[in-house]
Amino acid sequence: MNEPSPLFDYVLRFADSDLVLAQRLGEWVGHGPALEEDIALTNVGLDLLGQARLWFAYAGEVEAQSHGRGRSEDELAFLRDGSAFRNLLLSEQPNGNYADTMARQFYFDQWHMLVLGSLSSSRDPRIAEIAAKARKEVAYHIERSADWVIRLGDGTEESHQKMQAALDYLWTYTGEMFAPDNVELALIETGVAADVRALREPWLANIGRVLDVATLALPTVAWMQGSNGRGGKQGVHSEHLGHMLAEMQFLQRAYPGSQW
Amino acid sequence: MVATMLRRELGVERSANLVDAETIDRAWQALAGVPDPEIPIVSIVELGIVRAIRVEDTSLVIDVTPTYSGCPATETIMNDIRDALAERGIANARIVTRLAPAWTTDRIAPEAKRRLREFGIAPPHVAAPRIDVTGISPLRRIVAVACPRCASMRTRPVSQFGSTACKAHYRCDDCLEPFDYFKPL
Repeated sequence: MNEPSPLFDYVLRFADSDLVLAQRLGEWVGHGPALEEDIALTNVGLDLLGQARLWFAYAGEVEAQSHGRGRSEDELAFLRDGSAFRNLLLSEQPNGNYADTMARQFYFDQWHMLVLGSLSSSRDPRIAEIAAKARKEVAYHIERSADWVIRLGDGTEESHQKMQAALDYLWTYTGEMFAPDNVELALIETGVAADVRALREPWLANIGRVLDVATLALPTVAWMQGSNGRGGKQGVHSEHLGHMLAEMQFLQRAYPGSQW
Repeated sequence: MVATMLRRELGVERSANLVDAETIDRAWQALAGVPDPEIPIVSIVELGIVRAIRVEDTSLVIDVTPTYSGCPATETIMNDIRDALAERGIANARIVTRLAPAWTTDRIAPEAKRRLREFGIAPPHVAAPRIDVTGISPLRRIVAVACPRCASMRTRPVSQFGSTACKAHYRCDDCLEPFDYFKPL
């Protein structure tokens, strides 16, 4: 098989990050701290799953153009091994406690909003369409995760401590969001990809404003996971992804091609 | 009548093609009778999900704009469209998904908004772009939503994510009833 095209690889990064995070949020179903929370998490997960499908469908079409045949949404989601996944390391981190889940969502939503805004003017019209549509949905996600960071940060002593610990723990997974590799750089050059290097400053400013209100501190560790070109976007994952895929892909692996 | 108006608005010309204006009219009428699977009080035409019905070469094309990316009703809607057309003797229509411009609640017809309220769902306000991208203190900035049961403005959001992706969960402080608010998108 030929090398996948850079565009295929790039589109998969969004598909996979959305899918993996949606699956994580799905793990909360029936376990949310309150009924409204259970429903809200599921709704955010559903939005992300829908967005993942739009990206997968496009990735399949891109693959068909370069390889003659493109994989279906289901094949891409259920029949690839961990090393073929291109999701951000952040998206695969376990749910932990509610502060951990919200810190992960907060970092992700704030990045997602900016990157989709940038992609809305991509030279690739399909990418621009999907991004513009997804961004409207993410506008609701971002409000929710910021609200929770503030509620827990400016809440009790214990909730404050847990929220800060969650932000600190997940911080080193945020580096690769703003570190383009060669695949990305080539596509940035042609106006297809978002130049994530330009998004780090606004991202820091935005999360800083929320953390101020939440009485929380912005983590200061400089070292970042996966930012040396060996991270989620290149298929080098933390141990958590494999466990998640084992559960998510079980049915299609055990009963290939089965349908509802 | 609606079909004729919409056809004029879309600039669909009467043509000598196999698919003529009468067929397009019939298609509009068929789809005007397709209820939204989640909110059957309104049709998919009133929701603005059917963007256009047009002729391409010699076949009928239905342009459909999905609402939320993850809306589980999307596939049902596609099947319902096919069934409704088939019932009116239109078997070879092609359904094309149009992502851009993205669907917005501003496409919901005024009459449908009125019926939503009667049904107990507060209709969406105009979908203004959300300016504060950091999302600070969102619950305090939300515009006032009138209770669909008692019309009181003393209402508050319980959760921005309600029974479906498109609805928020609200509570009325006067009649104390919970209700759904169709979120502006």
